[in-house]
Amino acid sequence: MELYVPILVLAVLAAGFAVFSVGIAPFTGPKRWNRAKLDAYECGIEPTPQPVGGGRFPLKYMITAMLFIVFDIEIIFLYPWAVAFDRLGVFGLVEMVLFIVTVLVAYAYVWRRRGLDWD
Amino acid sequence: MNGTIEAPTIEYALLAPMLVVFGAAIVGVLVEAFAPRYLRSAIHLPLTLLSLAGAFALAVWQALKGVPTKPAAMGAVAVDGPALFIWGTILVLAFVSVLLIKDEEHFVGSAAALPGSAEEEQSLVERAAHTEVYPLLLFAVGGMLLFPAANDLLVAFVALEVMSLPLYLLCGLARRRRLLSQEAAVKYFLLGAFSSAFFLYGTALLYGYAGSVDLAKINLALGSVGGQDTLLYIGAAMLGVGLLFKIGAAPFQAWKPDVYQGSPTPITALMASGTLVAAFGALLRVFWVGLGGLDWDWRPVFYGVAILTMVVGAILAITQTDIKRMLAYSSIAHGGFLLVGVIATGSAAQNTAALSGLLFYLVAYGFTTVGAFAVVTMVRDAGGEAWHLSRWAGLGKRSPLLAGTFAFFLLAFAGIPLTSGFFGKYAVFQAAVSGGALPLVIVGVVASAVAAFFYVRVIVLMFFSDPAADGPSVVLPSRGTAAVVGIAALATVVLGVFPQPLLDLAHSAAQSLFVR
Amino acid sequence: MEPAEIIQHSGGAIGAAWLMIALPLVGAAILLLGGRRTDRFGHLLGVLMAVASFAVAALSFVQLLGLAPGERRRGIELYDFVPGLAKVGLLVDPLSISFCLLITGVGSLIHIYSIGYMAHDPNRRRFFAYLNLFVAAMLLLVLADNYVALFVGWEGVGLASYLLIGFWQHKPSAATAAKKAFIVNRVGDFGLLIGLFTIFATFHTLAFNDVFANASKASSGTLTAIGLLLLVGACGKSAQLPLQSWLLDAMEGPTPVSALIHAATMVTAGVYLIVRSGPIYQGAETAQLVVTIVGVATLLAGAIIGTAKDDIKKALAGSTMSQIGYMVLAAGIGPAGYAFAIAHLITHGFFKADMFLGAGSVMHAMNDEVDMRKYGALRKVMPVTFATFAIGYLAIIGFPLLSGYFTKDGIIETVMEHNAVLGWLAVLGAGITGFYMSRLVFMTFFGAKRWEPTAHPHESPAVMTWPLVILSVGAIGLGAFLVLGNRFMTFLAPAVGAPEEMPSFHPFSLTGLATLALVAVGAVFAWFRYGAAEVPAVAPRGSFLTTFARRDLYGDALNEALFMRPGQWLTRLAVFFDNRGVDGLVNGLAAGIGGTSGRLRRIQTGFVRSYALSIFLGAAILAGAWLVVGNL
Repeated sequence: MELYVPILVLAVLAAGFAVFSVGIAPFTGPKRWNRAKLDAYECGIEPTPQPVGGGRFPLKYMITAMLFIVFDIEIIFLYPWAVAFDRLGVFGLVEMVLFIVTVLVAYAYVWRRRGLDWD
Repeated sequence: MNGTIEAPTIEYALLAPMLVVFGAAIVGVLVEAFAPRYLRSAIHLPLTLLSLAGAFALAVWQALKGVPTKPAAMGAVAVDGPALFIWGTILVLAFVSVLLIKDEEHFVGSAAALPGSAEEEQSLVERAAHTEVYPLLLFAVGGMLLFPAANDLLVAFVALEVMSLPLYLLCGLARRRRLLSQEAAVKYFLLGAFSSAFFLYGTALLYGYAGSVDLAKINLALGSVGGQDTLLYIGAAMLGVGLLFKIGAAPFQAWKPDVYQGSPTPITALMASGTLVAAFGALLRVFWVGLGGLDWDWRPVFYGVAILTMVVGAILAITQTDIKRMLAYSSIAHGGFLLVGVIATGSAAQNTAALSGLLFYLVAYGFTTVGAFAVVTMVRDAGGEAWHLSRWAGLGKRSPLLAGTFAFFLLAFAGIPLTSGFFGKYAVFQAAVSGGALPLVIVGVVASAVAAFFYVRVIVLMFFSDPAADGPSVVLPSRGTAAVVGIAALATVVLGVFPQPLLDLAHSAAQSLFVR
Repeated sequence: MEPAEIIQHSGGAIGAAWLMIALPLVGAAILLLGGRRTDRFGHLLGVLMAVASFAVAALSFVQLLGLAPGERRRGIELYDFVPGLAKVGLLVDPLSISFCLLITGVGSLIHIYSIGYMAHDPNRRRFFAYLNLFVAAMLLLVLADNYVALFVGWEGVGLASYLLIGFWQHKPSAATAAKKAFIVNRVGDFGLLIGLFTIFATFHTLAFNDVFANASKASSGTLTAIGLLLLVGACGKSAQLPLQSWLLDAMEGPTPVSALIHAATMVTAGVYLIVRSGPIYQGAETAQLVVTIVGVATLLAGAIIGTAKDDIKKALAGSTMSQIGYMVLAAGIGPAGYAFAIAHLITHGFFKADMFLGAGSVMHAMNDEVDMRKYGALRKVMPVTFATFAIGYLAIIGFPLLSGYFTKDGIIETVMEHNAVLGWLAVLGAGITGFYMSRLVFMTFFGAKRWEPTAHPHESPAVMTWPLVILSVGAIGLGAFLVLGNRFMTFLAPAVGAPEEMPSFHPFSLTGLATLALVAVGAVFAWFRYGAAEVPAVAPRGSFLTTFARRDLYGDALNEALFMRPGQWLTRLAVFFDNRGVDGLVNGLAAGIGGTSGRLRRIQTGFVRSYALSIFLGAAILAGAWLVVGNL
């Protein structure tokens, strides 16, 4: 049972922080209403209902999101390698460099094809 | 957390063919990133061809040096006789398919532009081109190489995805009939993802059963784990769904005609040859190695699938009016014939005979089908390639040589003696008969007869109908296309008349069977 | 003496024996595919290929002679499809090399002759292409080491024969004759084909070596059936009764064709088949008896037809039938007769080709007139043609010391020993031969001029007369060379076997003297009727017997009554049945499959959701089936 005490404490702390943040906000923040703020939250994009025919969704969002996921996954791979770095030795280093280079190549492609330009 | 992690060992030399292809693909991406537009094609084509040829040379060198008897890369990849043979086959077929590609003719300039929009006009004016086709193709080929060599279900899954994702993209890049092409890509992607999910689910269930994703360990567990049979059976069935989908076996064949029709024809050629070979390699490995001890259970199931596939492929092909769809159904039927060989297991000698027959069949069919699609790229009218069969009427009178070659390919599909198709079928059916699957062979022969009907019908149409006044014209082939048709015709003749050398090669590749 | 073992061979001219077939085949391909571009040199290429083929044959022959007699059967493996499936090879042995020399040798001469004969024909190139095709097919027929390749060659010569008989397609008679030859040959081929099926069913192989090695193990009933079926094939190709009717019509083809295909080589394929299949016939006495009866009947029928024909080529065609009848008769006897059958076949190839080409030379000079009643007294205008023709004539009637004397007399003597009735009939045939051949010569070269007013006969050019001279040299000396001292029999023995006791040649045996006497009577009778007496320009009505002979012994009428009419009825019945019954069934089946296809096609909706559903259902079924099977 003692093993779970720190987890329990962490859970309580997290919940407390959430309740505190949400609870305190209405009392301390300024209140200046406008139409955009009253709309449903959609990442800053025009919310539904959209124009007739569905409208088009800018591809830029997708590319940024996908790049994010790629680097996210890179981090996920880097983390365990970092933990076991000394035991994996040169082999691990080489493999990881190859992995990063591969991801970088894709990144270079996106960059050169102006995937990172917003306009 | 004090487990020791040993640095894994990887036999780079054994994996070199794959590494060369993947490396070339990455270099191709860099070319896309940094080379000026007008140079890209000129760099890509030799790079792609050279890497495929180099990989082929490495595979041959490996085979000459001696076939390894143990799986490589800590048991994740098995570079054994059949794998090397399949690698060689895929690399040659991919090489031939690449020769078919002429990006300004087959591929769209700007895939993102809506069909018929101003952006599309603009891309045409700018002579834009998606030279990404080449690295994408190399990634797909790399996946095809890894898939049949994967000795571990997770690696197999990764290979499946590496092979499929670029193909989904490539399918949507046709220059003409773009909506059809995009529809094909979306369908292939959705259904492919769906079937991959089945594969992954099967992997998970088998892991639950055996405690490992390693094929050899799964096979070991077959005898020792008790009481979990439901897990095993459903897992095996789910794996089967994922693999049979890629082969296009009924009832998982629905995507094939739509995708084959919509894709740019060189990509269809690659899918019909390379993907089929890779998928059969993987199917054989998963079921012969991983579930080899279970063959009494999976054989009856595949028995039914094979019958259904042959029947559906042959019968549905009859009413097709589109040449590419007809070839797609023909490919389905051939998948069924090949499945007959998968079932023909038994003693070690029996397995070798069946496997060598299958390997021969794959090579023979691969060449013929690439050649047939190459011919399709050459028959055109104002709207691009003329796919409707009625447009092919009287082609024999206008271009006897081309129509004759195509007729020859069709006869090879039908399995007429002295074409490569005959011996492929003969070897597989013979193995099945000696494996005791006589009823299956009877169905196969009947299906072949039905199939022969629609092949011959096209021949009759080409040679004994009057050409339409505004009929399609046969374009003068580029050197690449002419080479493809020539190579395919030559292979079909030579393998039909002198099958023995390749058969010996297939036999020696199959001799050691799959390593565990 | 039993035939020798076949030894696998490689190297030398024999190892390159396939070139014999390949060279003319390539020639034919170039000339046919090259089209008009090859018009200029087409005939020269054709001749070159035939002569080159002859050179290979001659070199192979020399190499074969260098081997010990027991080692003269050389097998050459050409193509091994897949072990145990099909294997094609050539068999070079004394029998096949004899044929090769005849085919390529006489064939080359006839190629050369045709340069002159066809000089004014716009389609000369095509003619040479067909001739080359024929030579290739005929060589395949005799060189094959199995019945399948033999059959391919057999059909190939049939095709070439069809194309060449109908070479002048603008003449309806030629087109009809080509069709007739083809159809009658189909009957024979059908018999041969069933014979081959029976062989395969009995021996599970079609390779000569394996079939003959096991022939003695098969029952005599089976062997008889095979022998009779092969005989049907032989009858078709060699114009033996009852399938003889096409040969006379086949004379519609250009004369070199008649000489090469319908006298010297193709029509002897039946004899080759019977001799080659000797081990089968030796186990089937009934079949052998039938072969001899067919031979003797044909030799008489051909001779009788020959007596009544006014068309010089048809008279010669009747004579060809008759002479092949002799060969078949001898071949039916067994090893004792084989050597004489083949020897006669070879000498006949020379003197008959000589006479046909001579007839062609005459026709060439007489504006393609073939009616002998419009010839006469040509010996002075065409001295070379006359001299060479006369040699051929003397050879065929068996004038002492010329070729035919030795080979035909050899046959008659052998038959006489075998069966006296058949022997005397053969002697009678020789007598009739003496009559009709004399009649032919007298009507053509002697007597008064009965020419058409427009005719201005002249000797033919050297390119046509030289082949005649060479052929007549063969007609003079070849018989003595082959027969004396049993030279040919000894040579042939390793291939076909030989009797225990070699026959000895008596120049003046009773049979020989009787034959000579009868021939002389026939010739003298002919002299009085056609040499000394006036020949009417229009054929007199003649007796019943004459009409009988003129109408080819009513062969066509018989065919018409026995086969054509019932055949037409049968066809109508079959068509009726086919339309109502078979078509109904087949179309119904096709429609059924097509309908199924149409219905199944609707499953292919094009909606990806329904595809996904089908995958899902398929997965469910697969898993369900697995569970069921696994838990059984």
